[in-house]
Amino acid sequence: MDSYIVPDDLQQSSHHAGGEHGHDEEGNKMFGFIVFLLSESVIFLSFFAGYIVYKLSTPNWLPPGISGLEVKEPAINTVVLVASSFVIYLAEVALKRHDLRMFRIFLTTTMVMGGYFLVGQAIEWSNLEFGFTSGTFGGMFYLLTGFHGLHVLTGIILQLIVLLRSFVPGNYDNGHFGVNATSLFWHFVDVIWIVLFIMLYIWQ
Amino acid sequence: MTNIPIDRLDLPVEKPNHGHGSGGGWKEYFSFSTDHKVIGIQYLVTSFIFFLVGGIFAMILRGELITPESDLVDRTVYNGMFTMHGTVMLFLWTFPSLVGLANYLVPLMIGARDMAFPRLNAAAFWMVPVVGILLMASFFVPGGPAQAGWWAYPPVSLQNPTGHLINGQVIWLLAVAISGVSSIMGAVNFVTTIVKMRAPGMGFFRMPLFVWAVFSAQIIQLFGLPALTAGAVMLLLDLTVGTGFFNPTNGGNPVMFQHYFWFYSHPAVYVIILPIFGIFSEIFPVYARKPLFGYKVVALSSILIAVVSAIVWVHHMYVSGTPAWMRMVFMLTTMLVSVPTGIKVFAWVATIWGGKIRLNTPMLFALGGLIMFVFAGIVGIMLSSVPVDIHVNNTYFVVGHFHYVLYGTVTMGMYAAIYHWFPKMTGRMYNEGWGKVHFWLAFIGTNLNFLPMHPLGLQGMLRRVASYAPEYEGWNIVASLGAFLLGMSTLPFIFNILVSWMQGEKAPDNPWRAIGLEWLVASPPPVENFEEIPVVISEPYGYGKSEPLVAEAHSHQH
Repeated sequence: MDSYIVPDDLQQSSHHAGGEHGHDEEGNKMFGFIVFLLSESVIFLSFFAGYIVYKLSTPNWLPPGISGLEVKEPAINTVVLVASSFVIYLAEVALKRHDLRMFRIFLTTTMVMGGYFLVGQAIEWSNLEFGFTSGTFGGMFYLLTGFHGLHVLTGIILQLIVLLRSFVPGNYDNGHFGVNATSLFWHFVDVIWIVLFIMLYIWQ
Repeated sequence: MTNIPIDRLDLPVEKPNHGHGSGGGWKEYFSFSTDHKVIGIQYLVTSFIFFLVGGIFAMILRGELITPESDLVDRTVYNGMFTMHGTVMLFLWTFPSLVGLANYLVPLMIGARDMAFPRLNAAAFWMVPVVGILLMASFFVPGGPAQAGWWAYPPVSLQNPTGHLINGQVIWLLAVAISGVSSIMGAVNFVTTIVKMRAPGMGFFRMPLFVWAVFSAQIIQLFGLPALTAGAVMLLLDLTVGTGFFNPTNGGNPVMFQHYFWFYSHPAVYVIILPIFGIFSEIFPVYARKPLFGYKVVALSSILIAVVSAIVWVHHMYVSGTPAWMRMVFMLTTMLVSVPTGIKVFAWVATIWGGKIRLNTPMLFALGGLIMFVFAGIVGIMLSSVPVDIHVNNTYFVVGHFHYVLYGTVTMGMYAAIYHWFPKMTGRMYNEGWGKVHFWLAFIGTNLNFLPMHPLGLQGMLRRVASYAPEYEGWNIVASLGAFLLGMSTLPFIFNILVSWMQGEKAPDNPWRAIGLEWLVASPPPVENFEEIPVVISEPYGYGKSEPLVAEAHSHQH
C-alpha cells in the first residue's frame, strides 16, 4: 500500500490529537485573512500612537486660525458606517439561508452606505481650512482619514466583486470565504473608524 | 507495508532513491513556480547573489578605511556604499535567505505537501528581485543612492540636494516598503501553514525547534513590521509632499521616526537570529548523537524572545533625549532578553556535552557560530547598559557587536544550514574538504575583521566615517585584512556548491542519520513531498531512544 495517497476528502475530516492536517482550504484562507487583519491593525495602531504622542507634546496643536473640527457631519457619517456593518451581517445571514435575492439587496445597500461615507468625507476635506502640510496636525488628520478612506474604498471594491460573483451559478453553494472575509474586513474598517472618530473629533 | 519503522539506535542511511526532484530541471528556478521547495531555492540563490553584492560594497568600504585619509572613493559614493551595504545585507540577504530556508524546510518538517498559500508564496518571492533591482538602480539617478545609512534617520534622510522627486532616498523607501509587503505576505503564509497544516500527531510540542523558531520570528514580522511601514510612509510623505511629521522646519519631531524605526528594527534582529537558533537546535543533536536538552523550554524560549522583543527598542535611543526613567526601564527589558537566550545556549552546551561529536562542516559552522554568538551576547549585555552605551554610542564598538551577530552568528549559521540540508535539497553530497577550508577561512576572517572594531570603538572611532585620526590606523589595517580574508572565504564555498551540485556524489536520503520528517523522504524530495502523510507519534530529537518517530500512514487511521 506504499503508493496509496490519502484522498483529499478523507484528509479534510481528519483532526488528530494536537495536529491537524489541512487541506481545509476555506479554513486556512480565513485564518490567514484574520492574521493579515491583525497585522493591518498594527499599522493603524502605529498611526494612532503617533497621533497621541504628537497631540500631547505639541504646544500649538491645531493650525493657526482653526479652533476645532466640525463634528455634526462626521457624526452622521459615523452612524451610517456603523449601521452598514449590520446590513452586511444581514447579507451574510441571507446567504446562509440561500436567499440570493436578499443577499444582493443587503450587499448593495452596504455599498451605497459606504459610498455615502466616502462622499461625505470628500466634501468635508474640500471645506477644511488646513491642508496636508499644515504642520503635524494637518499631516496626521489627512493621513489617518485618507488611509482609512482607502480601506473603505477597498471594502467597497471587495463587496462589488463578491456581488458580481454571486451571479455565477453555484459559486456560493457551499464555500463562502470571499463573503465572510469581505464582511470581516468591513467590520474591521468600521471599528477603526470609531476609534478615529473619537480621537479626531471628540478628543479635541 | 505501511509502517515506517525508525530504530533510533540505528537510523537507516539509505533507502532506494526514488526522488525525482521537483521536476523541471534548472529552468524551473526561473519560472513562477508555486512549489515551496523551488521557491525556497529561488530565495536562497537570489539572496546569496545579493550577499555577494553587499560583500563587494564591504570590500570597498574596508579598502577606504585601510588608510586614515579618504582617498579611494568619493565621499558621496562612500556614503551610498555603507547605506547600501547595510540595506542589502539586511533586506536582501539575511531576511530572504532565512525565508528561503524556512520555505524549503517547514512544510517538509511538519509533514505538509506545501505552504498554505502557494501562489502568495511565489508572489512574495518575486518581490525580492524587484527590491534588489530598485536599490541597484538608485546608483544611476541624479545624486546617487540613499546616503543616510540603513536606518534613514531624518533630518539627514530629508535632505534632497538634487531637488529631483525621484532620488535615492525615495527609491530606498519604496524598496523597503515593497520588501515589507513581501515579508508580511510571507509571515501570513508561515503562521497559517504552521498552525493549520501540521501532520496528524504533530502537536505543537512535537514540532522541530526550527519550526518553533520560524513561527516565533514570523509573529514578530506580523506585529513589528507594520510600525516600520507606518514610519516609512510618513517619511516618504515628508520627503515628497512636504508634510511635517519628522521635519523640524514644519513642526515635526525627528525622534518620532526613531521610535517607529526601532520598534520594528530591533525585533527584526530576532526575526533573523531566531531561525539561526532553530538551525543550531537542529544541528547539535544530530552531530552529537544526543537528544536536545530541555526541548520544551527551548521551544518556549523562542516565543518568550518574540514577546520581550516588543519592549526593547528604546535601547537604541539612550542618547536621543530619552528621559532617565525610560532609559532604566529599557535597560532592564533589554537585559531580560538574555534570560531566554541563555536558556538556549545552556541547552545547546548540555546537548553537545558528553556527546559522540562528528565534526562535519555543518557542525563546525554551528559551533563556530555559537562561540561567536556567546561573545556577541556578552558585548550585547554591555551595550544594553546605559553608561556603557552612552560612552560607545555610534562608535565601531557597536559595529563590531552587530557584525558578530550578523556575520559571526547569522551568516555562519546559514552556512551550517546550507551544508546540512544540501544533500536533501540537491540529492548530492558536498565536498567535506572544501567545506572545512571554507569554515576556517571564514572563522579566522570574521574574528580578524570584527574583533579589532571593539578596541577601535572603545577608543572613540565613530562609525560611518570615511577618514579617521591616524592613531586608529593599526587596528583598521587588521580589520581590513580580515575583511579581505572573509571575502575570499566565499570562493571555496561557491566552488564547492557549484561543482557538487553538478557532479557531486549521489546523496542518500538520510546521510546524517538524522531524525525529522524531512529525512524520511527521498533526496531531493518528490514534488508532493510525502507519498502518504505520516502520523507522528513521538517527540523530536530522540537520539539514542528506541520509539519510532512516525507510525503507520495517516489513511489507515480511518
